[in-house]
Amino acid sequence: MKSNPITQEIWNNGNLHVTRREAIRRTLLGTAGLMLADRVVPFAKAAPRTPTAKSVIQIWMWGGPCHLDTFDPKPEAGNDYCGPLAKTLETNVKGIRIGEMLPELAKQADKYTILRGMTHGINGHETAAYEVQTGRKPGDGQVYPAVGAVVSLFKGYEAGYKGLLPPYIVLTELQGRFSEAGFLGSRAKPFATGGDPAKNPFVVEGVVAKGITEKRQKDRRELLQNLDTMGQIMKDDPRLKDNEKCEQAAYDLILGDAGKVFDLSQEKETVRNQYGLNTFGQSCLLARRLVERGVPYVTINYKGWDTHKAHFQTMRKNLPVLDKGFASLLQDLSDRGLLASTIVWWGGEFGRTPKIQWEAPWNGGRNHYGKAFCHVVAGGGFKGGQVVGATTANGEEVKDRPIYPPDLIGSFYQLLGIDPNAKLPHPQGQDVRVMSANNADGKERRGGLLTEIM
Amino acid sequence: MQTSNKTVWVLGFVLWTLIAAAAEKPVVPPAETDPNKNPYDSGIKPTPVCEIDRMVFARLEKLGIQPANICSDAVFVRRAFLDVIGTLPTAKEAKEFIKDTNPKKREELIDELLKREEFIDYWTMKWCDILRVKAEFPINLWPNAVQAYHRWIRTAIRDNMPYDKFVRELLTANGSNFRVGPVNFYRAVQSKEPNGLAQAVALTFMGERAEKWPQERLDGMAGFFSQLSYKSTREWKEEIVFFDSTRTNKDGVVATKAVFPDCKEFKFSPDRDPRLVFADWLVSSDNKWFARNIVNRMWSWLLGRGIIHEPDDIRSDNLPVNPELLAYLEKELVASKWDLKHIFRLILKSRTYQLSSVSGPRNQEAEANFARYPLRRLEAEILIDALNQITGTTEKYTSAIPEPFTFIPEDQRSVELPDGSITSSFLEQFGRPSRDTGLESERNNKVTADQRLHMLNSSHIQRKLEQGPKMVYLLKKASSPREVVGGLYLMILSRLPTEQEARAVVNYTESSGVKGRDVAIDLAWALINSPEFLYRH
Repeated sequence: MKSNPITQEIWNNGNLHVTRREAIRRTLLGTAGLMLADRVVPFAKAAPRTPTAKSVIQIWMWGGPCHLDTFDPKPEAGNDYCGPLAKTLETNVKGIRIGEMLPELAKQADKYTILRGMTHGINGHETAAYEVQTGRKPGDGQVYPAVGAVVSLFKGYEAGYKGLLPPYIVLTELQGRFSEAGFLGSRAKPFATGGDPAKNPFVVEGVVAKGITEKRQKDRRELLQNLDTMGQIMKDDPRLKDNEKCEQAAYDLILGDAGKVFDLSQEKETVRNQYGLNTFGQSCLLARRLVERGVPYVTINYKGWDTHKAHFQTMRKNLPVLDKGFASLLQDLSDRGLLASTIVWWGGEFGRTPKIQWEAPWNGGRNHYGKAFCHVVAGGGFKGGQVVGATTANGEEVKDRPIYPPDLIGSFYQLLGIDPNAKLPHPQGQDVRVMSANNADGKERRGGLLTEIM
Repeated sequence: MQTSNKTVWVLGFVLWTLIAAAAEKPVVPPAETDPNKNPYDSGIKPTPVCEIDRMVFARLEKLGIQPANICSDAVFVRRAFLDVIGTLPTAKEAKEFIKDTNPKKREELIDELLKREEFIDYWTMKWCDILRVKAEFPINLWPNAVQAYHRWIRTAIRDNMPYDKFVRELLTANGSNFRVGPVNFYRAVQSKEPNGLAQAVALTFMGERAEKWPQERLDGMAGFFSQLSYKSTREWKEEIVFFDSTRTNKDGVVATKAVFPDCKEFKFSPDRDPRLVFADWLVSSDNKWFARNIVNRMWSWLLGRGIIHEPDDIRSDNLPVNPELLAYLEKELVASKWDLKHIFRLILKSRTYQLSSVSGPRNQEAEANFARYPLRRLEAEILIDALNQITGTTEKYTSAIPEPFTFIPEDQRSVELPDGSITSSFLEQFGRPSRDTGLESERNNKVTADQRLHMLNSSHIQRKLEQGPKMVYLLKKASSPREVVGGLYLMILSRLPTEQEARAVVNYTESSGVKGRDVAIDLAWALINSPEFLYRH
């Protein structure tokens, strides 16, 4: 259905002429955020270098995978550290070896860099997830927005993004307790697809409804309009106009072309198979499709890595899925020329105890470990085929080049051209910047931006 | 079979339309509105019945603004239910009220609603927003303390505790966070330093943002909270809040004095908790902040906007639009011995509260002076509870962190959730406040595109409509299509359909090819997606 054209309109405040696209942009943000935004421009000026990245795909390893089992293997550390995963694989970059369960990723090592010096020392899921994704220590009275919220603010509608797809999309579920938007509030909340991209149809919550034909959608919409007696009487009410614009934006996804991005059956069978016919694999494929359409930030919220018990059984099950999906994503982005402008960020809130807990009730599990872990970054201006930082012989300490969350996040912002000193729109008008000043209160440790690979 | 079904539908509609049109004649024939086209407006111009009206209308007259007409009965019953008890009237309640010919029925409804159990739940939720009742980051009360704090607030509201007593107990309590609910006021803050506590007190009970004050003034008031200490016990997450005359500040000094916000100084004596002295000062009838803050907030809760706006940003340069009105409400609160229900009654029984949303001028000045009732989107909890009431469904709320897991009974309404950190994507999407700061603006009732997506097309809502036991029951029990349509209108919009609407439904069955119960589902879908349902009006 062609959407009803909303012609140029006058908003009740300040006779501002607003086009339809502008109106959609605003409604997606919510009008509250807009007023704030208008006060806080200009954004993202004075970037220190030419931005190379346009989008970010964050593979969020919820629960925290173990560095020893993945990208920082320690075959010499012995059975108490490696358990049954004691072998390593040579990658396509000489000298870099990764865990035995990641053969596909071993063929892609030239595209990514392994950050083996990750550390923050926090062992609680929430606090660690907060710090890794905001670059801030909790406790100063602010709830900071996560990277995705900041990027969607500086690369989204307020910075000229024109897409009909929301600028910040989470596949498939929100992170729950960890509020992605922080004090930015609803303007920066991600759109969570819900559903399962490995199922047919992929029921994207709100966009695709199972069992409702397109004809019935259109008929219903007409019925809704015909029955909207209040709207007909109060045509000039600004609140109802806001409502109408939001509804229009929603229908652009339900009935318009924009929503077709979620239809993975448009992809070739071979491509779908390559990524893996499972939730994670198809999420990676969808992330590629979203980035292709210009969505600035996509999070794949990949659960199931909090393996206190049955650790190695879970690794045998999960790592091949990870390997296939992640490796295909890198290859595909690269083949399509998208990798150069897309940061791919892989990692969780912490690592897991290098020393295996053989005792009951863990029976060969690994606990939370914030002291040393690893992340992987690729694309968007990051060099591939590198390793930054190193851990000690059994992976328990960072011995070389520590990388703290703000180092990582600050590097993303630099590649994206987001000024770390730009003001964030704060609901109480407080002066809060994208990044905290270095070591402002002596609490925050930094290892420096990832200049080695930028 | 299907054809005959359709015929029955169409015939039923025509018949019912005629009956409905005859039955729905209003008691007072409106002068200029046709209830069959405009079911919202009575067409009657308001005349003042109380002090509030006289003050509001006088101000409007001075500005040359004509107030809106009085709203219709159908609008009133819905508005009063939503505003007073945060609950949608049932079809039966709406119908009985509309049919009732008692000329005092609006006043009587208000009195009844103020006595309902849901009143307690709804206003407990409001207070929990302001008092920041939340187990987790960044407030970190933890679950046991949330229960104790919530229970204390709920009991106070149930008993209509005089407001001065309510605040005094919150400000002066000592003891365990698990056992003495109100001590959690001093724990539900992001900074437990004296300045942070003073800011929370100023915001909550004076309506002022102390971070905008001169530093000296804030420091002066902070002195009153400088001898408050916290200590843990051997029980996990238990904390004792108590008066400690030896507590030192971060420079190792014991404070010896504090300064009231009105500049008077107070010197400490070791045997008297300075919080008691501050509470005496605050809850006095001469205190210019105390009554003003709460009556202004209450006005904004019921009429969508404070007499001083924002209601929690009172400053010397943020003037009330109607100073006499504010002064009158303050005086009434003091004279009633701090009875908040008295203020509720005064406002709710005024004609000002009964103004329609659809007539009257639509400019900023008219709205700021209460010339009509403003549209407001339903709060997240109220919206989901209303949808559940209509369809007979429930929500599952659980909390996995912190352990032990919390499971909320399924029949509990969302408005009753004690803990602001219970995860719910629906509540978050529809702007539930984070309870991080206690600011009124934390609750975001703005409409967004993803909210529209969710209501229009999510499996969550679709499932309720298709499988909700109440929907199923209505479809099974109704003896005619007329009853189904009338029932849905009453359940969802608290009124019967107009002729035009009834015709639109008939047309839908003819043109869409949708049949049988799907017609009813599509109708219910359209009604819950109409602004009339989504907004208080």
